[in-house]
Amino acid sequence: MNTCEIEEKLGLKCLTENNNKKEVSGCYISDLLSLAMGRVGDKNVWITVQTNLNIVAIAVLTEASCIIVPEGIEVGADVINKAKDEDVIIFSSADTAYQLAVKLGALI
Amino acid sequence: MADNNISVRFDVDASDFSAAGEASTKLKKMLRQLSVDPEIIRKVAVAMYEGEINMVIHANGGHIDVEITPEYIKMVLADNGPGIADVSLAMQEGYSTAADSVRELGFGAGMGLPNMKKYTDEMHITTELGKGTTIEMLVKNNA
Repeated sequence: MNTCEIEEKLGLKCLTENNNKKEVSGCYISDLLSLAMGRVGDKNVWITVQTNLNIVAIAVLTEASCIIVPEGIEVGADVINKAKDEDVIIFSSADTAYQLAVKLGALI
Repeated sequence: MADNNISVRFDVDASDFSAAGEASTKLKKMLRQLSVDPEIIRKVAVAMYEGEINMVIHANGGHIDVEITPEYIKMVLADNGPGIADVSLAMQEGYSTAADSVRELGFGAGMGLPNMKKYTDEMHITTELGKGTTIEMLVKNNA
């Protein structure tokens, strides 16, 4: 499974216009950044409602395959630009974190 | 093998909270170029990031000296902040003195110092109220 496949199968909107395919091996959900920092696994999809710039650093440092921001929550242009610079993929979804996790669980 | 040792200093600027993580990101890239084991890189990156965030939240910035050798990666984080009143309390998971504005960003969960301890092989805290804090962390580089 890779980020292009989950984009298509989960109907995600890619905010970073990033076509680099990254492998997806699991998922972690948390909005506490310190928790996410320690627990987002390598090649994990990280689902969070946090949309401040620090999410990009965490995705880089944990080697997350992508970030999914659920429930259509808006992500600022500064965050999107920083993510593009750091080769981090951010997807947006209208689904809740739970709905996303259920769908991902069936795929991975 | 002194020739194999690398020393580098990172300044941590507290004026821009959103830039926190820059030192950790740079160090991570450096360790990758040096082909350090990915598990070791992850430990160093998590510990360094937590330290960096602490320096920005609590201590008005500071600097981090990193030494990379074939045996270990050592990070010394020094700040001129307020110091830590009770280190054993600060080491408890869930204890935090962070402001609400910081918590709203997803920090201040009281995980910083415990995470730093968890992801390093050695950690020493030297702190004095009103003067500052120095934290030494060491991760064995057993690649």
